[in-house]
Amino acid sequence: MHIHAYERFWIVLMTVVLAVFLGAVVYAAYGMGIQVPTDAGQVSPDQLASAPPFNEPGVKDLGGGFYQVVMLASAFQFEPGEITVPAGSDVEFVLTSRDVIHGFRVPGTTINAMVMPGQVTRILYRFDEPGEYTFMCHEYCGTGHHVMSGRIVVTAQ
Amino acid sequence: MTRANAAGSLSPDIPYVPAGSRRIILAYLTLAMVALALGGLVGPFQALNSIGVNLYDYLPVTSYYHGLTLHGVLLVLVWTTFFIAGFLSLVTIHGFQRPLSSRGLERLAFWSMTLGLLVAAVPILLNRATVLFTAYPPLRAHPAFYIGLALVVIGTWLLSANVFLTYRDWRRENPGKRTPLIAFGAMVTLAMWDLASLGIAVEFVALLIPWSLGLVEGTNVLLARSLFWFTGHPIVYFWLLPTYLSWYFMMPKQVGGKLFSESLARLAFLLFIPMSLPVGFHHQYTDPGVPTSWKLVHAFFTFVVFFPSALTMFTVLASLETGGRARGGKGAVGWFFRLPWKDPSVTAQLLAMILFALGGISGLINASYNLNLSVHNTLWVVGHFHLTVGTAVTLSFMGITYWLIPYLTGRALYSPGMARLQAWLWFIGMALMGRGQHWLGILDAPRRTMLSDAPYYAAEWLTPSYLVAAGGIVLTVSGFLYLLNMALTAWASRVPAQVEVPMAEPLQDEAAMPVALDRLRPWVVGSAILTAAAWVPMLWYMTVAHPWTIRGFTMW
Ligand code: HEM
Ligand SMILES: [Cu+2]
Ligand SMILES: [Cu+2]
Repeated sequence: MHIHAYERFWIVLMTVVLAVFLGAVVYAAYGMGIQVPTDAGQVSPDQLASAPPFNEPGVKDLGGGFYQVVMLASAFQFEPGEITVPAGSDVEFVLTSRDVIHGFRVPGTTINAMVMPGQVTRILYRFDEPGEYTFMCHEYCGTGHHVMSGRIVVTAQ
Repeated sequence: MTRANAAGSLSPDIPYVPAGSRRIILAYLTLAMVALALGGLVGPFQALNSIGVNLYDYLPVTSYYHGLTLHGVLLVLVWTTFFIAGFLSLVTIHGFQRPLSSRGLERLAFWSMTLGLLVAAVPILLNRATVLFTAYPPLRAHPAFYIGLALVVIGTWLLSANVFLTYRDWRRENPGKRTPLIAFGAMVTLAMWDLASLGIAVEFVALLIPWSLGLVEGTNVLLARSLFWFTGHPIVYFWLLPTYLSWYFMMPKQVGGKLFSESLARLAFLLFIPMSLPVGFHHQYTDPGVPTSWKLVHAFFTFVVFFPSALTMFTVLASLETGGRARGGKGAVGWFFRLPWKDPSVTAQLLAMILFALGGISGLINASYNLNLSVHNTLWVVGHFHLTVGTAVTLSFMGITYWLIPYLTGRALYSPGMARLQAWLWFIGMALMGRGQHWLGILDAPRRTMLSDAPYYAAEWLTPSYLVAAGGIVLTVSGFLYLLNMALTAWASRVPAQVEVPMAEPLQDEAAMPVALDRLRPWVVGSAILTAAAWVPMLWYMTVAHPWTIRGFTMW
């Protein structure tokens, strides 16, 4: 099989470029700790009233700058819809859905995840600076989808 | 090739294509264009909605999301699939220089697809299936929606069975001959699709149809979603391979050049069979329930599938260059301007390639695992696929019809000037809209959202939204000119067409091409093994360990 010299050069070049890009992605994941959601377990949407931690949605201060936010998504709201944590806290979000698939996106952060009935979504994020964030549902969930949003307030310590 | 009779009506005499096949091919293409017209009509309403102009009172749909379901299903599922069915039928017949092997199968495939389309269209139009084209459960549509779409998929299988039977008959009479290039392209496309479509077939038949009929109470949401993306990524190669078929094996002829490297062209095509399948989890980077290890494996293969695309970029450009130079083009880029830009079919496809390069780059970003966190489900993604399926594929298909419809009807294209203008307007419109949508995505504007009524609409979203709205209007004009030209060609053109099916010849006669580059079976078997390794363990785990109890909802 004959391969033209320019084409051979192009193939090598593209292979190197793709390898470098992939290397950067893997480095960001394991060197810098920017990870995507993983399997965090399953929970039946019919048993949320009795299944910890979802029986108590809200913000929990775990001490030492650690917070846990337990959140339930349903058409067309988040519970809780507003969260306050101090700057510098490490927050673990634990979410699931009561009904259809929803999304959880906090613009200006790396928080971007799907929230599904039957599945537990777990996200870790550190809020360094005081300020306000709007979060929204970014997966179509019905006619009221575009109003489904909430607020995170990060207070100065 | 065309005889004008005394009354001035034209009756084309197309080599190898029986009259019945010609009618079926034209019917596929007509249905595709009807879908393009209806689905496209909703586009400008969506585009204007992003600047807060809500014109939905003037559109006979119940909600923004009802319109978006129509837009998505009609364009990305119907326009593409029906065009491809017609185009690949002709390509197979012309490539093998013989009719399809089974007239019965040919008709059955057509009626399965068409009946399926009608069955699915009823609940969609009546707002009983406002689940968007992805149809993620537990949003639950009317059963007819899933049944209709399943029939469409079955129709594509019948069509591919017929194509493979035709190959078998051809091979029997031509032992030792190399498969004609265009027919080879059609077979690779369909082989890839047959494997790929198993995911959605299982999802609909085993999960969603019984569930929507009420035969079972609950379903497995993540399993269904994963099966959807098993098909949902390779479906883009079901759209792209017919496009590549035209770019590789037809356009060199249209520009007066030759195919630069036959063996690398065949290799690139064949590589898409194994490489397009083990990648679907790249649509689920942000999903719970899927371990990061599986997401990374699919991220890796997604990078690998860029490789045949890179081969394509080289070979297609090099082939075009042979044409540009043969026409007297000089210098490093001068040949590009010497290409026959007067031919609207060429113009449309060249412009499609340019935007495809940009869409490919944004695709690389989507593919990049954690980088996906900054764009997932934002309008960035919408910008990406309007440059790819909405332009690279759609504008190329339009370009193909500029010779294909005259070829099939025997009537010359009504207005080549209008066709050239149309192609440029599509290019400009998509460039504007794509720029706006990518920008909006970087500013975190969510997709699939009625932004005009969103309480969190950010002031900084307005400027890029104007680009979207402006692009949307230009695109609407372009789409209208396209359909007008097609209608005038079919009903008002009185000039006999002078067109042939363009078939490129290789630059060099590669006598020593490896025989594996002319065989499908080893590639299909290898792909099946790779696909099983990349999917079955996780799908099995979901089947046994994830809840099957999720009830359906109608949220619209
Ligand atoms: C007149 C030309 C077009 C305009 C103005 C247009 C505009 C838009 C806009 C603004 C959206 C975003 C809606 C949202 O996320 O809320 C959208 C979505 C979409 N468009 Fe287009 N579009 C056009 C043509 C096309 C074509 C030709 C295709 C494909 C062949 C296409 C495929 C899609 C798909 C698949 C979606 C996503 C649907 C979903 O999220 O369920 N569009 N379009
Ligand atoms: Cu939503
Ligand atoms: Cu994909």
